[in-house]
Amino acid sequence: MTAVENHQTAQAPPPVKATDRTVRGWLGRQPLPVRILVIVGFAILAYLLPYVGDVPVLGPQVVTQANDWGSVLFEISYFVLLAIGLNVVVGFAGLLDLGYVGFFAVGAYTVALLTSPDSNFGLKWVWLASVPVAIAVAMFSGLILGWPTLRLRGDYLAIVTLGFAEIIRIFADSAPLLRGDRGFGSIPHPPGNNPDGTAIFSVRDATPYYWLGLSIIILVILAVRNLDRSRVGRSWLAIREDEEAAEIMGVRTIKFKLWAFAIGACVAGLGGVMFAGYQGFMNSSTFVLQFSILVLAGVVMGGSGNIAGAILGGVLIAYVPERLRGIEVFGQDLFQWRFLMFGVIIILIMIFRPQGVIPSRRRAMELKDRAKEVAPE
Amino acid sequence: MLLEIDNITLLYGRIQALHGISLEVDQGEIVALIGANGAGKTTTMRAVSGLRPIASGAIRFAGQDITRMRPDLRVVRGISQSPEGRGIFPGMTVLENLEMGAYTRRDGAAIRQDLDRVFGLFPRLRERMRQPGGTLSGGEQQMLAVGRALMSRPKLMLLDEPSMGLAPMLIQQIFSIITEINQQGTTILLVEQNAQQALSRAHRAYVLETGQIVKSGTGSELLHDPAVKDAYLGVA
Repeated sequence: MTAVENHQTAQAPPPVKATDRTVRGWLGRQPLPVRILVIVGFAILAYLLPYVGDVPVLGPQVVTQANDWGSVLFEISYFVLLAIGLNVVVGFAGLLDLGYVGFFAVGAYTVALLTSPDSNFGLKWVWLASVPVAIAVAMFSGLILGWPTLRLRGDYLAIVTLGFAEIIRIFADSAPLLRGDRGFGSIPHPPGNNPDGTAIFSVRDATPYYWLGLSIIILVILAVRNLDRSRVGRSWLAIREDEEAAEIMGVRTIKFKLWAFAIGACVAGLGGVMFAGYQGFMNSSTFVLQFSILVLAGVVMGGSGNIAGAILGGVLIAYVPERLRGIEVFGQDLFQWRFLMFGVIIILIMIFRPQGVIPSRRRAMELKDRAKEVAPE
Repeated sequence: MLLEIDNITLLYGRIQALHGISLEVDQGEIVALIGANGAGKTTTMRAVSGLRPIASGAIRFAGQDITRMRPDLRVVRGISQSPEGRGIFPGMTVLENLEMGAYTRRDGAAIRQDLDRVFGLFPRLRERMRQPGGTLSGGEQQMLAVGRALMSRPKLMLLDEPSMGLAPMLIQQIFSIITEINQQGTTILLVEQNAQQALSRAHRAYVLETGQIVKSGTGSELLHDPAVKDAYLGVA
């Protein structure tokens, strides 16, 4: 046997353990009870967030001044949801999607068309009935967009997705069916009554929407995490790291890229459904391009490829501007400067921590590898 | 014939990369493709594995026309490839990389056997099992690329420049392992710039120049051919 000479060949080979198999982050290396404790702890804290203002000393620093805290929390929740969904596309499968808000719009408009009295269809469905339809339509739109475009790579795909979001926005602006600026009013709220007979979900209190959003987020996290650990996730990983090598291994790259797109679209659609149910009104100016870019910035800042990173990113992009709102410096509301500040923060993160604040360890390896390709040692 | 390439042409946009290449690889052979940069060696490999569609001609594998077959189905049929530049997944561990090689297979027990076989051929990979592929040295990555290509239990292995960027000692080792893999029953189509090593290991070889085959013969014939010596072996 002409094996490569090696002093350890004589020793018994160490057995392959299940824990040896993957590159893991900090949490992944902790024993299972610790992991569960940490995760459940975070979930409980998240549910208690509406009351954080009551915590002495620290609490008032956290809550927003100029806007209702419950509304801000709800806003954070759908941004986090979008970040988790976009993370599937960008972080897991490595597809640069700049038009993610398009799917959010598709979800929201489907709800509006099915439920609002302003809709030409005149269906006036209840909110809950429109949910599965809206998700399906969003997913379908992901497939429709993905089918012809996913043969493109990198920058080309980014440009096409950018165009898609603009098409949706312009279509919403000009198509009579979608009512442009006039938009749709009286979109019904989610169902349910308090014990005293008042509706749980109303315009008076945003907190129940936040709890609903948080619950949806937890379900989506569980689903996405399971997918990531399955054969599907492994295929995404391979495509992201080296698409051609993945193809050589026998991965049907188009199929799995389509899956990533469809699942991402599905989660965005869900975000749109929540948004429409909360807002009660929406029009074509709701879905601007900055929205897509903002979510992408969140995912990249937080740590692309890592669910925890995506969550952090979603929180950052939604919370920070709201926290700054109402704080005046030299007579200027800091909220107006939010995009400038994000720009600076993103540049700083990209210089000092290109893998994001809570990076995926694999992602960090990939970046190092790519740097090596650009400038070999 | 295990692999028959019949007069294929291939285009990159308007540029014609292959001008009617025909070659054959018989069961059990090591066949080498040698030639300068840009001669079309890697392009031929990509046509066989299905990464790049051909413009005309036909490719048959084990008696079946695979000209228009999807790349993943070619893997299932028994063609595997160690690509140019190795194509290691940098964020996956060595073990995960090897498991990717067995992506199309579902026979868990046999996969573990093959894992042991690869670790037997490359003990270094066992030591590095838990390390991300991106942290390996060039030589180790080459071993991983060859080992990974073995994991699909191929009938035919396409090896693209297995000696690229390796120290002379390692080149020797990698070629002797390739010979060993061949003796264990895997047919090999090899692309090489290191013509000396390739020709002395191969049963037969083809010389490519600007997308055409200009010469073919047994390894030792070509090794002693004055024109080949002059152009590819660096001896006047």
